[in-house]
Amino acid sequence: MTQATPIKIWDIPGGIHPPENKHQSTANGLEVAPLPARLILPLQQHIGARAEPVVSVGDRVLKGQLLAEANGLVSCPLHAPTSGTVSAIGPAPYPHASGLEEWAITLESDGQDEWTDLEPISDFRALESAPLLEMIRLAGISGLGGAGFPTAVKINARPEQKIHSLIINGTECEPYITADDTAMRYKATEIVAGIEILRHILHPEEVLVGIEDNKSEAIAAMREAVGERDIRIVPFPTKYPSGGEKQLIQILTGKEVPSGGLPADIGMVCQNIGTLLAIHDAIILGQPLIKRITTLTGEALTHPTNVEALIGTPIRDLLEFAGLQPDRLYRLVMGGPMMGFTLQSMDAPVIKTSNCLLAGTLEELPPPPVAQPCIRCGLCSEACPAMLLPQQLHWFALGKEYDQLKRLNLFDCIECGCCSYVCPSSIPLVQYYRASKSEIRALELQQHKAEHSKQRFEQRQQRLQREAEQKEADRKARADKAARMKAAKEAGTASPDTPAPAEPDVARVTAQKPAGLNAEQKQLKIAAATAQMALKKAQKQVAANPDNAELKAQVPVLEQAWREAQQRFDASLGEASVKATPAPSAGADDETKRLKIEAAMLRASLKKAERAAGDTPTEEQEKEIYALREQVAVAEARLPKETAAKKPVDENLKKAKLDAAMAKAALKKAERAQADNMDDPALQEEVERCRDILTEALHTLEQAEANTSQPVPERERVDKKPIDEATRQRKTELAMAKAAYKKAEQSFKQAQEANADTGAAQAELDRTKEALNTAAKALAEHMASKETD
Amino acid sequence: MALVRMTSPHARGNNRTQTIMLWVVAATLPGVLAMTWFFGFGTLINIILASVVTLGVEALILRLRKRPVSFFVTDGSALVTAWLLALALPPLSPWWLVVIAASFAIVFGKQLYGGLGQNPFNPAMLGYAVVLISFPVEMTSWAAWRGIEQSIPDVSATLGLLDALRQVFGFSAQAIDGWAHATPLDILKTNSGLTINELATSQPVFGTLGGNIWEWINLAYLAGGLLLIYKRIVSWHAPLGMLAALAIMSLLFWGGSGSDSNGSPMFHLFSGATMLGAFFIVTDPVSCATSKLGRIVFGAGVGVLVYVIRAWGGYPDAVAFAVLLMNLTAPTIDYYTTPRTYGHRKAERGMGKVD
Repeated sequence: MTQATPIKIWDIPGGIHPPENKHQSTANGLEVAPLPARLILPLQQHIGARAEPVVSVGDRVLKGQLLAEANGLVSCPLHAPTSGTVSAIGPAPYPHASGLEEWAITLESDGQDEWTDLEPISDFRALESAPLLEMIRLAGISGLGGAGFPTAVKINARPEQKIHSLIINGTECEPYITADDTAMRYKATEIVAGIEILRHILHPEEVLVGIEDNKSEAIAAMREAVGERDIRIVPFPTKYPSGGEKQLIQILTGKEVPSGGLPADIGMVCQNIGTLLAIHDAIILGQPLIKRITTLTGEALTHPTNVEALIGTPIRDLLEFAGLQPDRLYRLVMGGPMMGFTLQSMDAPVIKTSNCLLAGTLEELPPPPVAQPCIRCGLCSEACPAMLLPQQLHWFALGKEYDQLKRLNLFDCIECGCCSYVCPSSIPLVQYYRASKSEIRALELQQHKAEHSKQRFEQRQQRLQREAEQKEADRKARADKAARMKAAKEAGTASPDTPAPAEPDVARVTAQKPAGLNAEQKQLKIAAATAQMALKKAQKQVAANPDNAELKAQVPVLEQAWREAQQRFDASLGEASVKATPAPSAGADDETKRLKIEAAMLRASLKKAERAAGDTPTEEQEKEIYALREQVAVAEARLPKETAAKKPVDENLKKAKLDAAMAKAALKKAERAQADNMDDPALQEEVERCRDILTEALHTLEQAEANTSQPVPERERVDKKPIDEATRQRKTELAMAKAAYKKAEQSFKQAQEANADTGAAQAELDRTKEALNTAAKALAEHMASKETD
Repeated sequence: MALVRMTSPHARGNNRTQTIMLWVVAATLPGVLAMTWFFGFGTLINIILASVVTLGVEALILRLRKRPVSFFVTDGSALVTAWLLALALPPLSPWWLVVIAASFAIVFGKQLYGGLGQNPFNPAMLGYAVVLISFPVEMTSWAAWRGIEQSIPDVSATLGLLDALRQVFGFSAQAIDGWAHATPLDILKTNSGLTINELATSQPVFGTLGGNIWEWINLAYLAGGLLLIYKRIVSWHAPLGMLAALAIMSLLFWGGSGSDSNGSPMFHLFSGATMLGAFFIVTDPVSCATSKLGRIVFGAGVGVLVYVIRAWGGYPDAVAFAVLLMNLTAPTIDYYTTPRTYGHRKAERGMGKVD
C-alpha cells in the first residue's frame, strides 16, 4: 500500500446525517440464502433494451446457461442462476415502484444446482481489453449499485476519452444498507482482483477506493487485500449522499461531472463494489452474473443479515430466511430508506440491482405528517448536494412553471431526498420534482411530436404552393405566348412556324383547297403566277426607274396578261369545284356520330330498364323494355355499315398521315428557303407546289379519318391544325398584307433613294401598314378566342 | 397486511415548523427579560395582548377562509408574529394600539395573501409600520426605565403590574410626560447644538455602547440570536449582512463626536431595535430572500436602509421600514443570487423570463 501523498478529501455541499442503522445487519456476516424452488428472472434488470429469450418453456437449463441475450448495445444478457426447467415466459411480478409486472423467465429449480461448462481465464493479463470487455458483456454484468447500467458499456462509454482515474465506490452512504460493507469485509481479495481486471482494461493513472469512515472493518480488510498494489483506499467522513457517483467524484477529486455528462467526460470511471465482485466472478471463475449480496434488514425481521442470493429469488423467500414477522411489516422498501422504493408484493424477485430489502415497521418508518405550507426556511437548500434551491423548485413545481424549473436546473436533481428529509413542513419535495420531471419529459415529447407534425404540415403546404405556382406559371406562359404572338404580328415579324404565303392570290388558291388541282389547272396556275411575276418585276423596275417610259408602257401590258391568265385559272377552278366528287363532309361524319350516340344511349336505357325490372318485371316495365329494344334495333339499323372496310381504311389512314407529314415537312422547308429569298420565283413555285401537295395529303387524311373507327383523340391530334379554316384564312390575309407592306416599303425606299416625290409611296406604305395591322389583329384575336375555347 | 406505497425518502428528520417557531420565541426570552426588568410589566402585557389578538384573528380568518383552524393556528407562526410585534411596540402603549397592530399584521400582512408562507411582507413589521404612521405620539413614547429617578427625579418608572395595567387600559391619570421618555436615537436625531460628550453627560439615556439600557436589551437579543444560529434555526447570512452594512455605513458617515455627529458604529449597533431586527426580523424566511448570497444581500440592504433613515430620514428608528422595503426586493434578489448548481460552470442568474 502506497500512501506517499495523502489524498485530499473534498467536502460536498449540503448533505445530511440520518441515523445509520447499519449495525443490525452486520452481526451475522455473509450468509448464503437457501436455493429457492422457483426463480423469476425479469428480462429487464438493467438500463437499456429488454433481453431477448433464447430458451422456450419446458427447456431444461443448467446453472450459468444463457437464458436471454442482449438486445442491442445497451442491454444485458441473462443467465440461469441454477439448474432447472423453464416453466413460463411472460409477465411476472417485478420489483418496481409502480408494482406493474414485467416479462420474465420463470425457472423451476431441480435442486441439483448443476453448473454448465464454464471457461475461467487463468491469466487475464494475457488478454487484450477488448476480449475482456466482451466477456464482461456476455456475463450479463450491469451496475450492481442501483441504476443498473450495463458495465461493459459504462467502462467503454467514451472510447475517445483517456480514463485517468478509476474510482471504486465503497461508500454505501444510505442508512441500513451493508451489502458493499459485507462484500468488502469478506470478499476483499476478489474485489481487488476485480479492480486489477479493470486496471488492466483501462490503464488508469490512479485507482481510488472511496469508503466512508463508518466502515472500519471494511477499510481494514480492503487495505490488507490491496497490500502493496498501487490502489488507494480513501476513507472519508460519513455523510449522506457521499455515495452518489457525482458526489464521490467530487469528494475524491474535487472535480464535478458536467451537467448532463458522464464521469468519462472528465476521464473517470466509477464502479460499485458489487460490480467488481461480479467482474471477478466473470473473468476468473467464468461465472456469469447469477448472484449478488443483498442486505435484509428492518425491524420486521428477527434475523437481519446479508445474504448471497441468486438473482430471481422471490423476496418472500429471503425475508422468511431473515425471520420475517408479517404482522409487524408496514413498509417494504427495496433499496435504502432515502432512495429506495416501496414494494406492494413479496412475490417480486431480487434482481441485479437489488442491494437491500428493508422491512420496516410502522414505528420505524412511520407515514409522514401532513405537509404544512413551505415557509422558505431554506434548510432544504442547505442540505442539497447539487446546490439547487429546492424551495424555489417546489414553488415552481406547484405552479407548473416548467421554464423556471428548467432554469433552476431541476434535471440536475439526483433525487437523494435530503431536502425532504430536512423539511420542517414535511413537504414531499422529491415527489414534486419527480412528477415535474416526468411532466416536462412528457411535454417535451409532445412538443417534439407537434414540431414534427408542424414540419410535415409546412412541407405539405409548400409542396401544394409550389404546385399551384407551377400551374399559375404555366398559365402565364401560355398567356404570354399568346400575347407575344400578338405582339409579333403587330410588329410585323412573322414567327418562323407560321405558314407565310407571300402572294396575294394564294388566298384564292387556298380558298379552293378542298378540291385538288388537276394538271390543266396547275398549268394555268403556273402561267398566272409567271405572268404575275413578270408584272411584279416590271413594276419594280418602273419604281426603280420612274423615268423609263418604255418600262412604264410594259406594265399595263403585263398586267393585262396576268389578269387573263388568272381569270383562265379561276375559271378552271370553278369548273373543277363543280365537277369534283363531293367528299364525305364533316356534316355526314357528324350525322354518323350522332346516330351512334343515339344508339348507345338507347342501349344504355334498355340495360338500365332491364336491370330495374330484375327477374320479375312488371307489365309496365316489360312494355318499356320492349319499346326500347325496338328503338335500339332501329337506331342500329340506321348506322352506316362500315365495319367491313375497317382494316384497309386503317391502312389508308396510316399512309395518309405519313403523306401529310411528309408534305408538311416539304412545305416548311420550301417556305424557309423562300423566306430567305423572297423574290425568287422558282422558290415561290416550289412553295406553291408543296402547299398543294400538303393540301391534297391533308384532304386524303381527312377522308381516311372519317372512315376509320380509331379512337377520337388519336385522330384529333392529327387534324387539329389543318381543320381550322378560319385560322388559315386569317393567316393568309396576314401574309398578304405583309407582302403588300413590304412592297410598299421597298417602293418608298426606292423613291427616297431616287430623291423622287415620296408622297404617293408614303401613302401606299401607310395604307399597307394599316392593312397589315388589321390582319395581324384579326389573327391574334382569332387565336386568343381559340385559346379561351 | 397490505404494504403501503410511498415515495422516497422513507426516513425523515424530526424537524418541525412548530419547533422552529417555538425556538424563535424562546430565543427572544433574554430580550424579554431585559425589557421587563427595565420597563416593568408593559412588555409582558404587550406580549399577552398581542398573542391573544393574533391567535384569535388568525382563527377567525381561517374559519372565514374555510381552512382547518387548529392545524394552522398551532403551527406557531402567528405566535411568533405576536411576540415580535409586542417586543417592537413601546411598553405600556395603549391596548388599542396593540390590537390594531396585531390584527393588521395577521389580516392584511398574512391571511389576505393566503396565510403562512404566502406573505411578501413581514407581518409584524407591517403591523408596526401601520401604527407608527397612524399614532406617532403613542409610538414614540417609551416608558421610563428602572432607575431613571436617580438622574431625573421628576420621572419614575412604572414597574408595578397594576399600574401597568391601568396605564395600558387607560385608567391612569398620569400625564404622558410623567412616565414616558425619549429614546437615545430620538435625542440624537433632534440634537443640533451639543457634542456627543455633552449629550452623554446631560442625558442619562446614553450608555457606554448605545443607549444606557438599550445596550443591555440589544445584548440580550444578540445572545438569543446567536442561540438561534447555533441551533441552526436561522442562518447567519442575513444578520451578518445587516449588522455589517449598518456598521460600515455608520463608520463611513460617523461625522466625529461634534454636534452634527450621526453616532458611532457601536451606538448604532446597540441602539433601538438593531439586534431584534438583525436576528428576529430579517431572518423571517418567508419574506426574506432564499439563497445564502441572497440573504446576505437582503440583510445588507436592510442595514443600509436602517442607517439611511436613522441618519437622514424622518424617523428615529427604521428597522420596520427598512425590512418592508427590502421585502419588496426579495423576489428580485432571488433571481439574481441563484447559486451555481453542481456540474454547471456558472450560476444562471437573471429574471429568467423566456418570453
